[in-house]
Amino acid sequence: MIDLDPVLLARIQFAANITFHILFPAITIALCWVLLFFKLRYNRTGDDKWMAAYFFWTKVFALCFALGVVSGITMSFQFGTNWPGFMNTVGNIAGPLLAFEVLTAFFLEATFLGVMLFGFRRVPGWLHTTATVLVALGTTASAFWILVLNSWMQTPVGFEMIDGQAHASDWLAITFNPSMPYRLTHMLLASGLTAAFLVAGVSAYRWLRNDRAPAVMAALKTGVYLAAILIPIQIFVGDLHGLNTLKHQPQKVAAMEALWETRKGAPLVLFGFPDEEARTNHYALEIPKMASFILTHEMDGEVQGLNDFIGEHPDVAPVFWGFRIMVGVGTIMLAVAWAGVYLLRRQQGMPPWFAKVLVGMTFSGWIATVAGWYVTEIGRQPYLVSGVLRTADAVSDVPGGMIGLTLTAYVLLYVFLLSAFVVTLFYLARKAGESDKPPGIVQHVDDRRSVMYGAGE
Amino acid sequence: MIDNGEWLPYAFVFLMGLSMLIYTVLDGYDLGVGMLIRYADAEEKDRMIASIGPFWDANETWLVLGVGLLLVAFPAAHGIILSSLYLPVSLMLIALIYRGVAFDFRVKVRAEKKERWNSNFFCGSLITSLSQGYMLGAYILGFDTGAAAVAFSLLVGVALAAAYCLIGACWLILKTEGELQRKAVRWARYSLYVTAAGIALISIATPLVSERIFDKWFAFPNIILLAPIPIITVALVAGLYFLLRALPRENDSLCWLPFVMTIGIFILCFHGLAYSFFPYIVPGRLIIEEAAAAPESLFIIFIGALIVLPFLIGYTILAYRIFHGKARDLSYD
Repeated sequence: MIDLDPVLLARIQFAANITFHILFPAITIALCWVLLFFKLRYNRTGDDKWMAAYFFWTKVFALCFALGVVSGITMSFQFGTNWPGFMNTVGNIAGPLLAFEVLTAFFLEATFLGVMLFGFRRVPGWLHTTATVLVALGTTASAFWILVLNSWMQTPVGFEMIDGQAHASDWLAITFNPSMPYRLTHMLLASGLTAAFLVAGVSAYRWLRNDRAPAVMAALKTGVYLAAILIPIQIFVGDLHGLNTLKHQPQKVAAMEALWETRKGAPLVLFGFPDEEARTNHYALEIPKMASFILTHEMDGEVQGLNDFIGEHPDVAPVFWGFRIMVGVGTIMLAVAWAGVYLLRRQQGMPPWFAKVLVGMTFSGWIATVAGWYVTEIGRQPYLVSGVLRTADAVSDVPGGMIGLTLTAYVLLYVFLLSAFVVTLFYLARKAGESDKPPGIVQHVDDRRSVMYGAGE
Repeated sequence: MIDNGEWLPYAFVFLMGLSMLIYTVLDGYDLGVGMLIRYADAEEKDRMIASIGPFWDANETWLVLGVGLLLVAFPAAHGIILSSLYLPVSLMLIALIYRGVAFDFRVKVRAEKKERWNSNFFCGSLITSLSQGYMLGAYILGFDTGAAAVAFSLLVGVALAAAYCLIGACWLILKTEGELQRKAVRWARYSLYVTAAGIALISIATPLVSERIFDKWFAFPNIILLAPIPIITVALVAGLYFLLRALPRENDSLCWLPFVMTIGIFILCFHGLAYSFFPYIVPGRLIIEEAAAAPESLFIIFIGALIVLPFLIGYTILAYRIFHGKARDLSYD
């Protein structure tokens, strides 16, 4: 217990919490817009399959939302318990951004979630649709503020340091800091892809179990088409985001590409084992000049290497591997989504092997999102706020043993909850197929609905 | 506009205090219901949880706001308080997580696992309440870590859990009918005894541990000016005691009154504590002004809060109106 490094432990603990947390917002941010799509299709067509899809996915949404809320509460406390130096140094900037998240997003989504989940029979149709819109706006606003703050930590501007504390001088510059538009778009699209593959995967699972309710195919198609539209946009935005990072955080890009020496015509390292001690890559498989081409769009463009940033660059291996996992999963997503569009449009319908592929891809969004966040967050090290505050200077003096103890408790809890979530998700899918209740449970709603608004009984 | 902003820290203490008070009332009742499900049968459990289902999420958000305001307006105090309370805070968070997800899992898992999630919900609610009370006790004693201080904090933990049970039972008296309502009246009575004892304990202990607080209450003329706080509290407790003996009435009249009276007790206790500690934000160590963040940052949050709060209150009222009346079964479709 004695030689546990409190900085590393505090980092691992925060990383464990935030990794678990991000899984659920990554679903809910976009899933809520998908739900709105189902609701609007129902309002337009009156086809019960859309409402059946809405109700099934509302259950999943509620579960994800609850997991996201409770794991998010942990975050607001851990700023204080793990990183008191963070708020002491940049609290004047982080504070208002976090406060705006709570004020504009949390209450909105939490309050209207109740109406959205349980209000279908109690409020008029328009109000129920409005509640869905407001929850969707709330989750997106929440993503906006938190990504403003995260991007500011990556590319801080619009402040001055007075007595070791950051003071805001230009809120517009802080909000629209250089990396914010790219990171926000990249994350919103990531959420869209996570939700799209989740919806497609779980629907494919139901389809494979011979659940041929019209709602299943409707949701499956929605997921596949959504993914097929979003993935090329995501690849394009990801490239822009990378170029933006190269401009503002060249050491992060050097770590992503495992480039040690500054050079013209730098090769793209496809595969290899970065060795921090020897400052080289082992067993590297490289494409000559390709990194220069991707990053500068010129074959002989100069790319800065890690050796220009000794002591100021992140650990190379996790950033290098995280980036490869993200890009790899993204490429598979592209192949699956586009193949899916082709297969779903054929006369003979979807082949079972493709449904199995979709089931396999159910959580692919999670893998890509988490890998991407590891790249950008570990890539910012050794700083908590680039150039302003080192992570080691922000850590609290809570003893390592105590952090280790709570870390163990958190990790056990998260493993348990994650397995419970996955088991329950597929259980819900099976149960939805087994129930004898016809999908058209909604036909009597309209006459009841009129008397419900504000009326308790 | 920013006249050197000396009033801002006090405005934020007010907002933070208000959030904490609203939190103890709102999440208080749903934590209370969570602890009481232990004593209900399966059907009653569903009904009890249906009564809090549409609200608990927003209720919990007041905690995020309260702690968030502490974090953003008084970062130095946030650091000291949360590092001193590291273990109880972690325990509370884990319990809150368990409890929050149990809400959803209990109705979505296989039928035979439901009971297990019900007891997770109970345990989570209980541990959350106990650890919040423990933190309050530790705060009152200025984070003293002696054995006596720990014992005192544990007692405050039990007292707060009882207070939550009380307000939870009163919520059920308002939201349910029949046998469950009669049970709720009984639960409210038992909880009231423990709550009253807890209030007495804290009222005696707080001035004893700090000479400053003793002087604030017992110096002349404060003792006369402040007398209404304890007097009205005692009157409310006594009134509630007699009211609970008379409930439920035939036409269910006055079913809302215990809840309102309990809120009154919460408000008075909160004022008593707030008066005792003002102007300290960390008792005996840090006063409000020293701990505050920069005025320009506080100002922008303050403006934001002024704009958002009316909407927030508006749609909270809307939600309570939509789900008003006796609790019915909750369903998505």
